[in-house]
Amino acid sequence: MITPGQTIGPFFGQGLPYAGGGELVPPGHADAIRLHGQVLDGAGVPIPDALVEIWQTDANGAVPRETGSLHRDGWTFTGWGRCETDRTGHYSFTTVLPGAADEAKAPFFAVVVFARGLLDKLLTRIYLPDHPANDADPLLSALSADERATLVATADAQGLVFDIHLQGEHETVFLQHD
Amino acid sequence: MISAVSTPTQAEISDEIARLAETTAPGEAQPRIDYPPYRSSILRHPTKDPRHVDPETLELTAPCFSQRDVHPLEADLTIGAHAGTNSAYAGEPIGERITVTGRIVDGEGRPVAGQLVEIWQANAAGRYIHKNEQHPAPLDPNFIGVGRCLTDADGSYAFTTIKPGPYPWGNHRNAWRPAHIHFSLFGNAFTERLITQMYFPGDPLFALDPIYQAITDEKARAALLATYDHDLTVPDYSMGYRWDIVLSGTNRTWMETQ
Repeated sequence: MITPGQTIGPFFGQGLPYAGGGELVPPGHADAIRLHGQVLDGAGVPIPDALVEIWQTDANGAVPRETGSLHRDGWTFTGWGRCETDRTGHYSFTTVLPGAADEAKAPFFAVVVFARGLLDKLLTRIYLPDHPANDADPLLSALSADERATLVATADAQGLVFDIHLQGEHETVFLQHD
Repeated sequence: MISAVSTPTQAEISDEIARLAETTAPGEAQPRIDYPPYRSSILRHPTKDPRHVDPETLELTAPCFSQRDVHPLEADLTIGAHAGTNSAYAGEPIGERITVTGRIVDGEGRPVAGQLVEIWQANAAGRYIHKNEQHPAPLDPNFIGVGRCLTDADGSYAFTTIKPGPYPWGNHRNAWRPAHIHFSLFGNAFTERLITQMYFPGDPLFALDPIYQAITDEKARAALLATYDHDLTVPDYSMGYRWDIVLSGTNRTWMETQ
């Protein structure tokens, strides 16, 4: 019997967030980018008690096998980060752009979202804007333009912006892996 | 505070729970994310079905953790009881000391080895340490209620803690959560990531709780129940509970090629 999920509830701040959780690389890293955005509910209201985690390849497209995410040393790239939303529903990671191991494959950040009021996890992907491999990506190419727009980040001065809509007109496409 | 006029009663919530229970599909293994008796879920669930996708290599692997991440003493939430550990908490927490152990496997039955397990919980009086938690139950100066450990080679985890108390919440009038421990789990693949809650057998609040009942199938709900195991009870020290976990994120078998 598969173990069912349950909501993360309102009190995860006691146990899960930790200093440096969102800093996969230090902000001063030469290739550092910011990946940030808001988590929003079906009324467009920011969710101040959500938790976002990302898992990504390194800049060369390799899947990291390094440990140390919970006690970052500033040099080891573990590929995984965790950030809780603040009072304005905002999350923010400092990281590098993920590379693609295979040039024909579109790189992405794998994402999991938890929130009070959300009874189970949600999985999705954040793709890079204007990446040449996006058009041939099996997932992106199967989506309508509106759906696709929910999975591709937009660029800003520091890096990438990606809002996560749990519900509503701009509801993010969430994934079930076969 | 929501006014008393708009706050549903337990009877109203229980009626909604009963009506939704009748719609259970065979083999429905996960909570319904669209479950109005849990009022906070109404605006916080996707209304579209998830998009089926073939997992990529990245998603078939999971982040790695080690002793760099977790100190062995973090598995003991009653650490203040032990002299010489430099704990900030000098005394023993109040409550029923318990050990919780079990084995974590993936959907193919393979052990989830060397992986991170995190827990957080209320104290014996049902109080969390959180700024939004203000109900009049005492904090315990010797209990934080946060633990971590790494699984063994066979996927086993173990914590020593205090049995948490039930606590009131604002979903409806006289709403109380059954006692539970929050578990955060990583599997052998990123898609197996799971956050859930472990419950204790025989809790009288189960039938009343819209979070637990959002898993509408009784057998699926039972997978969140620990069992009392006298063989795990430590003489003169702690009560033993066993809770095994099965994580599944994909139907594919992943072959390590690197």
